[in-house]
Amino acid sequence: MGAGHAHALYVRRDSVVHRLPPHCKIVATVGFVLAVAITPRHEVWAFAAYALLLAGVTVVARIPFGTVLRRMVIEIPFVAFAFFLPFVARGERVEVLGLALSVDGLWGAFGILAKGTLGVVASILLAATTEPRTLLLGVERLGLPPLLTQIATFMFRYLDVVADELRRMRIARAARGFEARDLRDAKVLARSLGALFLRCFERGERVHLAMLSRGYDGAMPVLAEVGASRRQWALSAALPAAAGLVAAAAWMAVWTLR
Amino acid sequence: MDASLEVSGLAYAYPDGTQALFGVTTSVRRGERVALLGPNGAGKTTLVLHLNGILHGGAGTVRVGGMPVDPSDKKALKEIRRRVGVVFQDPDDQLFMPTAREDVAFGPANLGLRGAALERRVEEALERVGMAEFADRAPQHLSFGQRRRVAVATVLAMEPEILVLDEPSSNLDPASRRELAEILLSLDVTILMVTHDLPYAAQLCPRSLILSGGVIAADGPTLELLADAELMAAHRLELPFGFIPQALSGA
Ligand SMILES: Nc1ncnc2c1ncn2[C@@H]1O[C@H](COP(=O)(O)OP(=O)(O)OP(=O)(O)O)[C@@H](O)[C@H]1O
Ligand SMILES: [Mg+2]
Repeated sequence: MGAGHAHALYVRRDSVVHRLPPHCKIVATVGFVLAVAITPRHEVWAFAAYALLLAGVTVVARIPFGTVLRRMVIEIPFVAFAFFLPFVARGERVEVLGLALSVDGLWGAFGILAKGTLGVVASILLAATTEPRTLLLGVERLGLPPLLTQIATFMFRYLDVVADELRRMRIARAARGFEARDLRDAKVLARSLGALFLRCFERGERVHLAMLSRGYDGAMPVLAEVGASRRQWALSAALPAAAGLVAAAAWMAVWTLR
Repeated sequence: MDASLEVSGLAYAYPDGTQALFGVTTSVRRGERVALLGPNGAGKTTLVLHLNGILHGGAGTVRVGGMPVDPSDKKALKEIRRRVGVVFQDPDDQLFMPTAREDVAFGPANLGLRGAALERRVEEALERVGMAEFADRAPQHLSFGQRRRVAVATVLAMEPEILVLDEPSSNLDPASRRELAEILLSLDVTILMVTHDLPYAAQLCPRSLILSGGVIAADGPTLELLADAELMAAHRLELPFGFIPQALSGA
């Protein structure tokens, strides 16, 4: 069977952060990212403070720093974009190693990089401390229609099954000497895709029968009560509150120094 | 007679016109373990899907613990689906929730169980199939045999009157097959087991039905039926090499 890539992001640990209800963590992450986003980019110290906050969360959540760093590779396209900004932006220029770079562009690049990185790391931490399915529960709890989260839950459950079916079909093709070489072979691939669709459809039907057999009547029973206590809300508010303070201080600095 | 299941004159044709059942009549006593044998395409799965009202619309009636299966009565149907626990052939069809625990809880939660009572029910069901320690695993991270066991637990959690299994031993390795047999033998519940695994039927079910061409072709003690070479050949049933039912009943 599948190796369960779907769970790859979650890092199983026993920590305060892991135990927080999912919707609290989602709200906290969004709050943090918002605070970061509105921070004036010239206040470099503010971004250092945000980074420290996230480092604090990482330690409390007992996630290895190496794991977080490795996952930051998804940020690379981001970095590339930021890298080009100083060359293309207009305005005042500075010489760096013999290259004329736009000062605005440099600050812009710094802003994108810093804010982007903080946002990415915050999301990595959210995903590492919250199981995907409880994440879905949290989203539902925050008001997303249950039908959408139900679909996502099923996709999640059957991703591996479908991937496995796909793999079996590929092996079956290969076993009979088929190898996709050029565009003419697309017909064969299209046909297997059709077969895969049919299989998924039939599986859906059988799953539906199994659900009916166990009393399903259109509504998923609420199994995990993801209620949050006041203490848990307060605890998860710590990160966005601290970030909010930093953002406010950064703006104060901008206003008072001008 | 204390009948768990009564089927009488059941006939059914699929919407495309394939007539799968031609008047099936039989009954199963409470606590009995019965094997339903028959060649491919005999109508076994079709019969199973009638037992909890998923298929309907043909002639005849089905009663479970005296209660008629009537698909037009939503409330009665819910009770029927509680009483008839169907374990499907492919556990991936049966296990659709993110974890084993949630999957086992799905049925009883639909029956209205909540909180501690629900938890206890789930715990017990997983315990009975020896899967308690895997409660929080995702189904896709369990072996096939373990998934089959959880599938049995999902049904046990509904405390069914009758447990219906569609080919429970298929795809199991010999050890898992034996373990499942031990679990099934330990349960105090009526069992109807569809199977092509004749030694398994002999081991688990004192009585067998042979369904062939949409009718019950034979009904009797499993070992007697298996020993009747003519009957077996007539319904494309073949014993595995080296299996001699006479040796088991011979005593
Ligand atoms: N959805 C369907 N639509 C039309 N005909 C069907 C459908 N499902 C089954 N049939 C037909 O009904 C007959 C009985 O099928 P059924 O699945 O009940 O057999 P079975 O005894 O379970 O066989 P097997 O041992 O292969 O599982 C077969 O002729 C089959 O082709
Ligand atoms: Mg069948």
